[in-house]
Amino acid sequence: MSLSSAGGTRSPSAPSSAAGISAAAPAARALRGAARWHWAEYVFWAVPVAAYFLFPENLVLLSQIAITALFALSLDLILGYAGIISLGHAAFFGLGAYVAGLMSVHGWGDPLAGLAGAALVTALGGLVTSFLVLRGADLTRLMVTLGVAMMLYEAANKLTAITGGVDGLQGVSFTPILGLFGFDLYGRTAYLYSVAVLFALFWLARRLVHSPFGLSLRGIRQNVVRMPAIGAPVHARLVAIYTLGAAYAGVAGALLTQTTQFVSLDVLAFNRSAELLLIVVLGGTGSLYGALLGTVVFMVAHHLLSDINPNYWQFWLGALLVVIVLFARDGVMGGVRRLNRVIARRKGGKA
Amino acid sequence: MFFSALSASKAVFGMTVALETRGLVKKFGGFVAASDVAIRVAEGARHALIGPNGAGKTTLVDLLTGFLEPSAGEVILKGENVTHLAQHQRVRRGLVRTFQINRLFADMTVLESVTLAVCERRGLGWRWWRPVGAFTEALDEAGEILAMLHLSDVAHERTRNLAYGRQRLIEIGLALAARPRVLLLDEPAAGVPAGQSRALFETIARLPREVTILLIEHDMDLVFRFAERISVLVGGALLTEDVPEVIARDARVREVYLGEAAGG
Repeated sequence: MSLSSAGGTRSPSAPSSAAGISAAAPAARALRGAARWHWAEYVFWAVPVAAYFLFPENLVLLSQIAITALFALSLDLILGYAGIISLGHAAFFGLGAYVAGLMSVHGWGDPLAGLAGAALVTALGGLVTSFLVLRGADLTRLMVTLGVAMMLYEAANKLTAITGGVDGLQGVSFTPILGLFGFDLYGRTAYLYSVAVLFALFWLARRLVHSPFGLSLRGIRQNVVRMPAIGAPVHARLVAIYTLGAAYAGVAGALLTQTTQFVSLDVLAFNRSAELLLIVVLGGTGSLYGALLGTVVFMVAHHLLSDINPNYWQFWLGALLVVIVLFARDGVMGGVRRLNRVIARRKGGKA
Repeated sequence: MFFSALSASKAVFGMTVALETRGLVKKFGGFVAASDVAIRVAEGARHALIGPNGAGKTTLVDLLTGFLEPSAGEVILKGENVTHLAQHQRVRRGLVRTFQINRLFADMTVLESVTLAVCERRGLGWRWWRPVGAFTEALDEAGEILAMLHLSDVAHERTRNLAYGRQRLIEIGLALAARPRVLLLDEPAAGVPAGQSRALFETIARLPREVTILLIEHDMDLVFRFAERISVLVGGALLTEDVPEVIARDARVREVYLGEAAGG
């Protein structure tokens, strides 16, 4: 795949254009360059590869991070880009987890088919519920997403014949990926598989947010009243991104099922939705990378703090969240941006 | 009767009607914000809508654009009944507005904002694969709009960092990007320093005649300089409509509007 071509071709402005247009040229160049890959992004994606070699003992945790990162990405798409707040995003994560699990239990254990099935079903779920969710303002959305997730949780709890209820779904197993890479005891395949899926879907999302469609989502978030006045069908755009966000969450859920060979009720739990919202806000919304960084910070902090203080670790996690939200607006990604600006100014000063 | 209504919509003094309302009513509970408003704006007109505060001018714009649903009546755009079309569908048909209070994309650059609007008009809003920057024609068109509004030098600035007067121009730029056939300007000079409002109106005056303009304005000097026809709205109802010279002499208008302006 040719990532560098994402910026498009740079064409000189038409010779007939007025002198004023050339004054706008730097802005146009910036817009054209916005989709190009920054060197820091290559570094960022080298980290999960390096982690594979550096922490071979921790691949299970690292897989969880990759899966949660994908889940966070799905929420960032709808919250960070379109401004739809959700407290029940685990509904789609859990639905995807069960779909992949049930497919394997009923004899369709191919992992990629499982991902596709989960994506399809959760996309449908997102499409149907979007008409409820998009009806109201923020508070309504919070309640509706929460309500839908609660209903799904209790449905899974009650339908023991299908889901196994509180005991979880038993007998989940998967065939090797592409018929070549079997899941091993050390979680090597699971980790590489999770990271590969995360990267592929991140890459798609990255293309999407830099496209005219992505720009229109930012427009909706920034001024929902203006968008219809420039001819944009706001509702249809929101339905589309909500559906896509649901599918992403579903794939994340399916990945969890496939890498742990088990589905328990907690894939649908409220806690998962709430944590996800924390992660995305912690990392900073509307940049994709914020969701990824937020996941890493949250999961690593969670891991380390619960090692130090197994009983009261949530206290420190809570404290960390309060500090970050209060003092570092726009989360971790906001901090990175400010740092970047300071460095740029220093450089400019020296030159 | 059907025939007469049809022919009436086709022509006013031999001109084609661009925008028309028939018996437009809007009630908010017991309050009547628009009462049986029948207004006709001719193709290519420089038409102004005036009236004292609370006369229902912005409500009327909201009804025309579909921001509000009328309690009764019809909105006809170029002979087509658009009363039940959504806002964005009316925009697609060329009925475009600006807002009395800026409604902009604060965190986008000026170029990004206008490019967004151009992309929507060109039907690119669903394209999700190629980056915005690859749509060279849309970018160039946005650049031309900025040049026309003398905004090229701030194209790379975030909208929120601009002075209000220049933000006001972006408000117009977003509307122009939609290629309006009928442009509703809701107090375009509101909040703009006196010195800059003249320049702003010169920009508006330079718009091609194919663009029909309905101007909602408070400032009488601007209205009489710009408009060729004036409708006066009082208490949600149309008081009168005529050429500026007649409106200026109309005793009722003086009483409800000019008198008040002179007194206050």
